[in-house]
Amino acid sequence: MLPRRIPWLTFAAPRNFHALVQALAPWLVRGAVVLAIAGLYTGFFVAPPDYQQGNSYRILFIHVPTAWMGMFLYLLMAMYAVIHLVWRIKMADVMARCLAPTGALMTFVALWTGALWGAPTWGTFWVWDARLTSTLVLLFLYLGYMALRSAVDDREKGGRAASLLALVGVVNVPIIYFSVEWWHTLHQGMSVTLTSAPSMAPSMFTALLLMTGACWLYCAAVTLRRAQVDVLEREADTQWVRDVVQRREVNGVSRPGAAVADESAAVREEGRS
Amino acid sequence: MRRQDVLTVVAFFVIVTTLFPLAVGPEPETLRALAPGGVWVAAALASLISLDRLFADDWRDGTLEQLALTRQSLPVVAVGKIAAHWLSLGLPLVLLSPLLGYSLGLRGFELVVLVWSLALGTPVLSLLGATGAALTLGVRAGGALMALLVLPLYVPVLIIGSGAVSEAMHQAGPYAHLSLLGAMLAIALPLAPLAVAGALRISLD
Repeated sequence: MLPRRIPWLTFAAPRNFHALVQALAPWLVRGAVVLAIAGLYTGFFVAPPDYQQGNSYRILFIHVPTAWMGMFLYLLMAMYAVIHLVWRIKMADVMARCLAPTGALMTFVALWTGALWGAPTWGTFWVWDARLTSTLVLLFLYLGYMALRSAVDDREKGGRAASLLALVGVVNVPIIYFSVEWWHTLHQGMSVTLTSAPSMAPSMFTALLLMTGACWLYCAAVTLRRAQVDVLEREADTQWVRDVVQRREVNGVSRPGAAVADESAAVREEGRS
Repeated sequence: MRRQDVLTVVAFFVIVTTLFPLAVGPEPETLRALAPGGVWVAAALASLISLDRLFADDWRDGTLEQLALTRQSLPVVAVGKIAAHWLSLGLPLVLLSPLLGYSLGLRGFELVVLVWSLALGTPVLSLLGATGAALTLGVRAGGALMALLVLPLYVPVLIIGSGAVSEAMHQAGPYAHLSLLGAMLAIALPLAPLAVAGALRISLD
């Protein structure tokens, strides 16, 4: 029987994936920078001050998108974990692995900016509020995932164990998301829902959307780059990787490819730390 | 599992609970306020250290591989292991808890709620912890890693378990919290063994 080609699995082949990231990542980065500049400008200069919180609320333009990304990336990671466990697709494992550090970073930034916002608004950096606690738990889930991965010597085995853990931990995400409604503690309720108009000024909402887009593009760019480096490392002995390296050497330093190589080395450093 | 293990875990539970009055001071009011959380934290930690050995010995001497090869499906084996583990190491904690709760200042109905919350909650802890124990089989520094993996999963059980006792202390009905604990048990009971079996398969590869 001839091997059947499944269209959406094209990019699960490492070589195609490499080409895809090579084409996509620069645009994602540019998009993230443009949206971040637009979002920060709208957030800091256009949006009016809040009638209760004055200007201190503006940190929420960073806090809210990173908190969303922290949860969203965990869901995405768990989804890739399922794909990896069920269909044994290696690329899914690579993606899950590469999402974890970015997700942990986003969760950490959300907690950090939340603390900075809480200091003038609530009068304290930290309270043991349901949402704060469960977000902290989310950070620990990310850390546990990464720790389990690096603790197992066998790469394949560690990947499967970590995927299973990601799957078990996914119960926490709905708890975080709904904690504000379930427990009426200090953290305020949601201002943005899909079903009703946002309860804020239009310019605030625009800034929030722009920043969310920027965060999303940044996460996509960094994750894909990290995954690309991971793929190159895994496939270091194959012919297509040799070809890629050789082409770059022949073309010399003047090509933008050299900059890409530097960048991917930087991402690799980041991914390891 | 040896008889000594039961003794060690029970002693651990008692000692951790004893640390609270020693650290906080003997004022009855403070101790009473700390009691639900104190007993629950001690129970969670005792459950954590006891789970270290749940699969480790069987894994080391090859029994686990034999169990995986039997006709019995692995999730059922996992349920059996966890049930045996809870009966020998979880149940003593539940039975002992009124004594410790009393020593920290809980009275009457609060003690009943404490026992019920632990009776519903510690099996959930065992089920969740077994997943962590199976995942960390044969891993470097498995014990510390297991704490990092399992304790975040314990958090909701801990909050709701000690919440039930706090509700009882403030003359509110603890039944909502107890129902939530029961719901957690009902969800964890069919799902956790599947995760444990999956993790065991990965470890046995």
